[in-house]
Amino acid sequence: MNRKLAPNIKDAIEFNLQLKPHKKFTLDNGITVYAIDAGAQEVVQVELVFYAGNWFEQEKNTASTTNYLLKNGTSNKTAFELNEIFEYYGAYCNRSCSNETATVSLSSLTKQLPEILPLVREMITDSVFSEEELDIYKQNAKQRLQVNLQKSDFIATRLIDAHLYGEAHPYGKYTNPEDIDALSSSHLKDFFKQYYLNGQCVAFVSGKLPINIEQQLNSAFGDLPLKPFNNQLSNIIQTPAIKKKYRIQNDINGVQGSIRIARPFPNRHHPDFMKVMVLNTLFGGFFGSRLMSNIREEKGYTYGIHSYVQNHIHESAWLISTEAGKDVCEATIEEVYKEMKELRENLVDAEELLLVRNYLIGNILGDLDGPFHIMGRWKNLILNNLTDDYFHRSIETIKTISTDELQALSKKYLNPEQFYELVVI
Amino acid sequence: MRRCFIRINYKYGKYSLNMNLVLFSTVHLHMIQFEKFEIANGLKVLVHQDKSTPMAVVNVLYDVGARDEDSSKTGFAHLFEHLMFGGSINVPVYDEPLQLAGGDNNAFTTNDLTNYYCQLPAENLETAFWLESDRMLSLAFSKKSLEVQRKVVCEEFKEHYINKPYGDVWHKMRELTYTVHPYRWMTIGAELSHIENATLEDVKSFFNKHYNPSNAILVVAGNVTVEEVKRLTDKWFAPINAGHKYIRNLPLEPKQIAARSSIIKANVPLDAIYKCWHIYPRVDMRYYTADLITEILSGGGSSRLFQALVKEKQLFSNIECYHLGSTDAGLLTIEGKLVKGVKMEDAESAIKAELIKLQQEGISQRELEKVKNKTESMIAFEDMSITNRAASLAMYELMGDVNLINKELDRYRAVTAEEIQNESKIIFDEKNCNTLYYYSNN
Repeated sequence: MNRKLAPNIKDAIEFNLQLKPHKKFTLDNGITVYAIDAGAQEVVQVELVFYAGNWFEQEKNTASTTNYLLKNGTSNKTAFELNEIFEYYGAYCNRSCSNETATVSLSSLTKQLPEILPLVREMITDSVFSEEELDIYKQNAKQRLQVNLQKSDFIATRLIDAHLYGEAHPYGKYTNPEDIDALSSSHLKDFFKQYYLNGQCVAFVSGKLPINIEQQLNSAFGDLPLKPFNNQLSNIIQTPAIKKKYRIQNDINGVQGSIRIARPFPNRHHPDFMKVMVLNTLFGGFFGSRLMSNIREEKGYTYGIHSYVQNHIHESAWLISTEAGKDVCEATIEEVYKEMKELRENLVDAEELLLVRNYLIGNILGDLDGPFHIMGRWKNLILNNLTDDYFHRSIETIKTISTDELQALSKKYLNPEQFYELVVI
Repeated sequence: MRRCFIRINYKYGKYSLNMNLVLFSTVHLHMIQFEKFEIANGLKVLVHQDKSTPMAVVNVLYDVGARDEDSSKTGFAHLFEHLMFGGSINVPVYDEPLQLAGGDNNAFTTNDLTNYYCQLPAENLETAFWLESDRMLSLAFSKKSLEVQRKVVCEEFKEHYINKPYGDVWHKMRELTYTVHPYRWMTIGAELSHIENATLEDVKSFFNKHYNPSNAILVVAGNVTVEEVKRLTDKWFAPINAGHKYIRNLPLEPKQIAARSSIIKANVPLDAIYKCWHIYPRVDMRYYTADLITEILSGGGSSRLFQALVKEKQLFSNIECYHLGSTDAGLLTIEGKLVKGVKMEDAESAIKAELIKLQQEGISQRELEKVKNKTESMIAFEDMSITNRAASLAMYELMGDVNLINKELDRYRAVTAEEIQNESKIIFDEKNCNTLYYYSNN
């Protein structure tokens, strides 16, 4: 046996990757439900997605606070009572709020679903947003913010978004302590009424589904005055910063700098998007990427450096993000630009491209592990208003993109003068 | 609950870990099937077949962690984990051939063990055998790799422990709670200089002492057959010399006989309190009781500490209770950040009052049922991932009985309200308590 010789492999690009199709049904009130029935464990996840993100709020933090407080009391049950019932049945009810959408998601053992769906109904129809709960929330949110404001990575992440989109845009705005002080119960109630009680909603359900899942969801939500998603959102103007380079001292004792380098980038509907996903992987999207190989594995400037395109429905941005030793921040930035130049000026080696293709395909293959992940892929397509063939077209792109195309994209997008540059120490 | 394993003070990875990965799962709703065999050089092999995935997971656990380090060379087990990716005797780089085969990998080190895992399309399983067996055979011991990874680990140290408010808490807490046991230091190391001073000689002797088949457990899971795994194990791992079985002989931490405390003042925005009590080794039956106690005190929106101290009395902006699930006797921890203006004494008395209530009044059947149900469903969710199942099998084998993987739910179910009350009296004994008062300078 020759240990120097690698065993034969099947190139991952030869794999036939399929995204298991979803089932789709409609509740009595017209709400669409997407379903994936799969998996060995007797578990289920129900996600209700509302158009109730910060896109729709008048006062900052109204959307996220409303979303958070959905579990903090109805006219019949206190926050404690709600939580106690979920927990007694071993169920997890989580809330999350992003820019366009806000979600209530329930994970539970399949057998417990009938006991807890009524509770979710109660939350989205009868939450009371009491002054007392809001006051506790405000106090604790402000304290959390105070701790975060000491972290360079937290500051850097919010500032780069503000530079890219402007502080008035949903993607660029950030929270100051006085915004939390200004929250009022009446605003939350109004927001709840408009965007949850009478809001636009779409549902996703995955796992080992009970045979009567349709009926269960219909009796829990089918008679509510919810409306289906219409995918029409008002446009909000971006006001990107004029100045491109920033150096900020947040903590005089800081030993590392949080570096963010970012440029505006179109959303998934743009013809370059899928191709740039491949280029990004090669550039800074995985452990074997150019940025990681050079800046971590060759120079040891950082524990990790990554590039990625933000997961936004509207405008997006292409970012490079790392925490590097205080003394090597400028050297790190220089190396990032060198790697961009390399990609603009020289064709990628065919072997490196094959590695990236195989890595990406293998990764997607592994990620389609179980019903929740499969639904995650579908949810992303549906919320981004993409067609069913998007998944397969992106697989095709990974398999066929050429080195010339990668260079052309590098020339188009990886120019230092197009990037904002920020270091927070 | 032990999900807190992910806590940064406990686990250090090759690179930023996928936080969805929940390791050390405790109980399993469905029997997890496996087959076990051992080859002549002492390597233990477990095979878990799952035909529903196109992937294979290869998990190699080495029975060495930060507790096996010399007190003057701490952080070494974790630094060494980084060096395991710096090339082996016949294969100059680890990552590239694996990525070319459509695979991905990561690793982590704890105070107890070091675990490496990769996932790749099952057709390419042999690539993982080739790579894992070669680095078990011998590393390349590259000087360049050591130089670079020393820097990388120092940046990891800074990112998590120096550049973060409250980042030094566990450094201080471990020194307070353990007087002789090597849990005295964190996996990342007691100080930067220990990592900066590591030499190639240190690396070689560490490898020879710990990285051999008799100190390793191999788990292969996914779309594989036992026959195939046997064939590949014979081909790639059987020729490796057994090496010396490392016999662990760690000092036992003596029973704590008086309360201890320490004060930190730092530039942080809020006062905080951290309290730790010694609990039991992982294989002790009382471990399950202690685990459920953490869930009663802080496992969600209806848990006792959250309801009483965050919601009703509003003394804390957040409070948590957890333990790290360590192999040797570990710590049960309560930590919280005080609401601005609240006095430390008042905050501490309020915690004590909740503990006394548990000691005196115990818990109702419904509350006990609640934490058991939560445990049951948590495990069902964790078991969905093949990577988690593979790692769990390796952990249970390391604990001495892989069959435990299918018995744990029964052990949780068997815990009684009386045991909870009795254990809460023993654990939360003032003499067993360690307290860190963390004051804000601001």
